[in-house]
Amino acid sequence: MPLVLSSILILLAGAALALLLRAHPSRAQAAGVWSAAAASAAGLFAAARVLLTGRPEAFSAAWNVPLGSLTFSLDPLAAFFLVPVFLLSGLAAVYGAGYLKAYAGRKPLGLAWAAFNLLTASMAVVFTAANAVLFMTGWELMAASSFLLVLFEHEKPQARRAGFIYLAAGGAGALMLLAFFSLLAPASGPLDFASFRGLSGGAAAAAFLLALTGFGLKAGFIPLHVWLPEAHPAAPSHVSAVMSGVMIKTGVYGLVRALSFLKPWPEWWGWTVLALGAASCLGGALFALAQHELKRVLAYSSIENVGIILLALGLGMTGSAHGADALAALAFAGALLHVLNHSLFKGLLFMGAGSVLHGAGTAELEALGGLAKRMPSTALLFLAGSAAACALPPFNGFAGEFLIYLGSFRSVTATGPAALAGVLAGLALASAGALAAAAFVRAGGTAFLGEPRAARTAAAHEAGAAMLAPMYVLAALCLAAGLAAPLLLGPAAAAAAAAFGAPLGAAAALDASGPLLWVSGSGLALLALAAAVAAARRYCLGGRKPAEAGTWDCGYAAPSPRMQYGASSFSQPLTDFFQPLLRKLGQYPVISEYFPARASFSTEAQAVFYNSFYMPAAARIRDLAYRFSWLQHGRLQIYILYIVVTLMGLLLWKL
Amino acid sequence: MEIVKPLAQYLAALALAPLLPGVINRVKAFFAGRRGQPVLQLYYDLYKLSRKTPVYSRTATWVFRAGPAASLAALLAALLVLPFAGRSAPFSFDGDFVLLIYLLGLARFATVLAALDTGSAFEGMGASREMQFAVFAEPAFFLGLTALARAGGHASLAGMFGALTPGIWRVAAPVLALLTASFFIVLLAENSRVPADDPNTHLELTMIHEVMVLDHSGPDLACILYGAALKLWLFASLIACVVLPRRTGSWATDSALFLLAVLGTAAAVGVVESVMARLRLLKVPYMLITAFAFSALALIFQMSR
Repeated sequence: MPLVLSSILILLAGAALALLLRAHPSRAQAAGVWSAAAASAAGLFAAARVLLTGRPEAFSAAWNVPLGSLTFSLDPLAAFFLVPVFLLSGLAAVYGAGYLKAYAGRKPLGLAWAAFNLLTASMAVVFTAANAVLFMTGWELMAASSFLLVLFEHEKPQARRAGFIYLAAGGAGALMLLAFFSLLAPASGPLDFASFRGLSGGAAAAAFLLALTGFGLKAGFIPLHVWLPEAHPAAPSHVSAVMSGVMIKTGVYGLVRALSFLKPWPEWWGWTVLALGAASCLGGALFALAQHELKRVLAYSSIENVGIILLALGLGMTGSAHGADALAALAFAGALLHVLNHSLFKGLLFMGAGSVLHGAGTAELEALGGLAKRMPSTALLFLAGSAAACALPPFNGFAGEFLIYLGSFRSVTATGPAALAGVLAGLALASAGALAAAAFVRAGGTAFLGEPRAARTAAAHEAGAAMLAPMYVLAALCLAAGLAAPLLLGPAAAAAAAAFGAPLGAAAALDASGPLLWVSGSGLALLALAAAVAAARRYCLGGRKPAEAGTWDCGYAAPSPRMQYGASSFSQPLTDFFQPLLRKLGQYPVISEYFPARASFSTEAQAVFYNSFYMPAAARIRDLAYRFSWLQHGRLQIYILYIVVTLMGLLLWKL
Repeated sequence: MEIVKPLAQYLAALALAPLLPGVINRVKAFFAGRRGQPVLQLYYDLYKLSRKTPVYSRTATWVFRAGPAASLAALLAALLVLPFAGRSAPFSFDGDFVLLIYLLGLARFATVLAALDTGSAFEGMGASREMQFAVFAEPAFFLGLTALARAGGHASLAGMFGALTPGIWRVAAPVLALLTASFFIVLLAENSRVPADDPNTHLELTMIHEVMVLDHSGPDLACILYGAALKLWLFASLIACVVLPRRTGSWATDSALFLLAVLGTAAAVGVVESVMARLRLLKVPYMLITAFAFSALALIFQMSR
């Protein structure tokens, strides 16, 4: 425990130092990066030790905040979530050192690094806090520091809009969580997690729904996702990597913790979570297919992956409600393993998108193309990350999803309603996988392959070593975590056991280690076969030099880059098919003459939920609020009167 | 001996797969009243292509060169989990059919990226359609295999095919018939056969698979043709395992019957190709949704049995 606390203190000190040195951007940056790297090393060591030994650590001290206490606890569940936090934020800091260089002199780098370190520190507090007040302090600090980072490029109206949506979503979520914790509060004493009272009946259901919405607003599953595709792309890319890779997992963690307080779960809870997860993984993949900007594609893919995690949690809860503990254990272990895997490949992908933004000046898919020639390393790493995100073997994405599939088959061959849950979960996962593959082939293919679609992208340059090195590390980890998945099963099962009790954790390790060993064996076989095919190809070539020619365009004499398939044309058959859901806007030219004049065509992906649900709801609320506008006089005296009356009221109530 | 047999079966599949396109072509030639190309034509083609020098587009990068090899490697790995005559594959474990589906996905991923790497409008078109049809074919295939898992009570391919006995055909014929139909439709779409795609049209706007590989040549094209034959073998042997659950107990007889069923499936593809026209591209998703409906019905029948 002292190690984690000291790494939090190092991060806070680094943040303060970066803020103090803000007049010297390069020194402020050095302070930020080095403190983040040191804190990550210490924190990773501490988390790994708890995971390997399985012995939880704790720290407690009094705190003079009402109901609060400085109670920290590092059990395997917290440690399992802390590993990606420290891993990704350390690597992102190194990446950021290269990425933010371009902004030196234009942007307050000292403030940015202070906010980044504060964000990491507050996430560490959220995962280790064992007191509700301490947890909410970390939670709100996390929201505030990431809000600052979303507004990094505040001169862009899009970023400002994203910032305000983000703020509103964060505020709403925090209100739900305050209500949730007050439901669980003991009769007296600090709000320590250990002293929470058990709930049952309607109170438990209310607490569950509050936790689901409150934590869901941070996790960003559909329909609580509207802020995510706005805020994540707006932040600088290394921050997007941290936000998408680990920050949304605080919502998942919160939900898992909340569920651990509320056991046993009625069946409908499981079905609710399962349905939300299915909607989120299908919807996220589908919306990703319609986006025109690389970072927005990745943001929607995060929604899909949170959906997969939620789907697995829901499957496990449904199974547990029917006494199928073996099935539940597999699903929970799969969910946790996917938390780790997603943070690795999503971090890699956002850094890759950042390199594109940095090297080509834009991440608009329709302007990109042919970057594999100018940015060979980034192309390789991004495509590897895409393969991991599509859960293709031998990368890590497959291992977590495989466990969830295995859980769903355990239930398929069983009887009762759990079988239906298994079938639906497996089907949603398979369909989302096919959609995600289309989305990633489209994004990676249009950005990196073919010919450049705009002049400025033709002059793109490769990222520097500080940006490439963390990406290589993450790509290697994606491959290693795929091949060494059986080794990760133990920690994931231990984390599940720490949350939900031994029967829902340990059984998974016994049940799934055999198939997982086969999976990593076939991953190795795949690599060996690839090497064999490559060797055979080399032997066939026999040292002959391949000839070069232009692309065969079916006899057309002068193909131009504009004749390539673009991002929107690639996905057009699918987006047309799902148009009732996507509601993309398009302007199509009408050709009426024999020799048509110059025409233009455009499509735009809509934020369907934002436009069709949240905006009308907000307008309705605003109209309601206007009815109370007589309360607002704009006179200071009257406001002071309100405050005095409220305080008097509170005093009377307390007496 | 127990290690040698699965390995021998694997090698037999690798060696016999290029036979299937030959069978299909002979059946089509028979319907057209021609003599047709030799059954072994693909073997000759592969040999010829492997000795040619490839031509690469100036636009293409390493992705284009690595694509065919990566795709072939994925299919070779997929064949590792594929049962032969309902018996255990070299790799057999719970949930192995998920690995099979995702390895097919990896092969598609590599092929499609290689197609996009040429910057050709036609190859982009083929790539787009391939991904579109996969979105409909994959859930149908997955649900069909889930129904099979439910029917056999096992989560591994060898387990579910091993549990299929003639007795199950007697009591659950609708389930297995629906599954056969669903797998056959998926086979037609995944292997770009009529009515989803026409392997004979060239240089048309209507092609899917053939148009994606227009720029490949030499050993790379050999990889692609061989990979396509392996994929056809894969689906045909799944169908053969479903329709032919009889086990005589003798290794040789079982294997011979299985081979006959695989060749029969190829012949059926040839018949379909001879008597049917290609569907309009917009109709292909509906055909795949039909396959999905068959799989779903099979699962519902099985779950309520």
